[in-house]
Amino acid sequence: MSVEAGLFAPGPIERRKRLIERAAHVTLLLTTAALILPLLAILAYLVVKAWPVLSWSFLVENPKNYMTAGGIWAALVGTLDVVVLSLAIAAPIGVLAGVYLNEYARENWLTRLVNLAVVNLAGVPSIVHALFGVGVFVLMAGFGRSIVAASCTLAIMTLPVIITSTTEALAAVPFAFREACWNLGASRWQTIRTIVLPNATSGILTGVILQVSRAAGETAPILFTGAVFYVAVPDSGLASFFPYGLRDPFMALSYHLFTISTQVTGASDALAYGTAVVLIALVLTVNLVSIVFRVRLRSRRKW
Amino acid sequence: MVPSVDIRKDLRRRFSTLGESAVEWAIRLCGWSAILFVFAIFLFVFREGAPVLFRELDLKEFFTSVNWRPDSTIRPQFGILALLAGTASVTALAMAISVPAGFASAIFISEFCGPKAREALKIIIELLAAIPSVVWGFIGYMVLNPVIIWTTGAPIGINILNGGIILALMSVPIIMSVGEDALKAVPDSYREAALALGASRWQLTTRVLLPAARNGLLAAALLGVGRAVGETMAVLMATGHSVRIPHSVLDPVRTLTATIAAELGETVEGGTHYRVLFVIGSLLMIISLITNLTADLIVRGVKGRQRT
Repeated sequence: MSVEAGLFAPGPIERRKRLIERAAHVTLLLTTAALILPLLAILAYLVVKAWPVLSWSFLVENPKNYMTAGGIWAALVGTLDVVVLSLAIAAPIGVLAGVYLNEYARENWLTRLVNLAVVNLAGVPSIVHALFGVGVFVLMAGFGRSIVAASCTLAIMTLPVIITSTTEALAAVPFAFREACWNLGASRWQTIRTIVLPNATSGILTGVILQVSRAAGETAPILFTGAVFYVAVPDSGLASFFPYGLRDPFMALSYHLFTISTQVTGASDALAYGTAVVLIALVLTVNLVSIVFRVRLRSRRKW
Repeated sequence: MVPSVDIRKDLRRRFSTLGESAVEWAIRLCGWSAILFVFAIFLFVFREGAPVLFRELDLKEFFTSVNWRPDSTIRPQFGILALLAGTASVTALAMAISVPAGFASAIFISEFCGPKAREALKIIIELLAAIPSVVWGFIGYMVLNPVIIWTTGAPIGINILNGGIILALMSVPIIMSVGEDALKAVPDSYREAALALGASRWQLTTRVLLPAARNGLLAAALLGVGRAVGETMAVLMATGHSVRIPHSVLDPVRTLTATIAAELGETVEGGTHYRVLFVIGSLLMIISLITNLTADLIVRGVKGRQRT
């Protein structure tokens, strides 16, 4: 080895630094992998265990023999109903609230209070939402344990996230768009209606779609506000698509998973695994749609 | 008589301004609704619990007794110490796992991996965050339960360890994404300065980024705690149902949230037991308010400092 090469060769401190760097990199990589890989393995395991029951008839058949056989149709429809109704309540309020926060609210104590309220509403434990739902919607408003009561409870729970995502989507629309519109003589609401909202639609929709999966998966808030163990539902015909009235108690996929895995005896495990897999698939599909939406939106953005 | 064009125009304008102010008021009301809901939830849950809180409930017994016997016909006892211990032990174990792991993966994603891998990892983590809590509970109940019995020899696999692992996995996504935001918020000039001095990425992370992002990381951990304390279905299914002070991580416990979920259905509306559950709900609400406000203040502090 020549003297020059020795001069520029890494010294002991440098070598130690590189060693630590390499070790840190590997450790961090392994930690991240240790969080993700076992979960993927568990998901795969669930699918394998559910495989015997997974079929089209599992989806479209009703539970039979005290829930020890049959499919999940009644629960699937109940979940869809509640999701649609809760978003029909939460989305308009949430989007308008987002418009208020981003377009109307000034920097003052009231706006700070609204923002704090949104943050705190998002952090309220789901079981407390359930208590509120029981007290206000089930008992006080007299809805009883029903789809309406459960949907209202879920709507309040999903509201803060819709507000936040709408505010973010609106904030992404450049301010120059608004100025240009105002300069043409448009009023504030005209500007919002014709320029700001259309340009933020995809962003707002992404947020709302995400809440579909949240509302479909939540169990605690519907536990005492409307979801029940079993409802006899017509097996076929048009009636099987609309089995629940607004004031009826209903079956939901998430609650069904809870009951058949912990409270029904004699059911084969595969039924429970099947329900879990359907629920996961539903939620992940909705989320993937929202992610694809977001990626396309980002690539298509004009400004 | 047909009104002249001018009058019609005028009428239309008046209607449109009227309509516009109606819309704007609707927007304002919706904006304020969030405040309304938070207050309504708090007031209502508190109001339902208040009658026993100020009369029958012995507050000293409530917080210091381990005897939770709501159904006793001789003398119902409402001591939540064991439930508090349950919540605290499961949350502590979950945080002991998820905070280091969450920070490690936040650092990895933000500083050590390339843009493509970062995008993919973030999507995976986002999908994991979307898995409903009842599914996590199911995984704890059906999958982790036999694994724990097999590895530790415990009589029941539904215990603190199970609930802690499940809750840890559930709170990792939030800790990770808020933590990553905190690291991202450190100005790039800090990184450039450190790299120019010859620091490795690890040195850059430990000596520059972590101290600079300290507040944001603290907020991330707090939000994780908030999520773990408030989680219901997963702990209901994965931690068991024994109301007592745990002595090891292999003991089953019952948390505050799980108690409400398990018992509200059996109570009589307006009865003492029903109201005590609402008192517990108020307590949970207060805990979550405090954690969220603190986390928010810390994050806001970070943002405020950066602007200057």
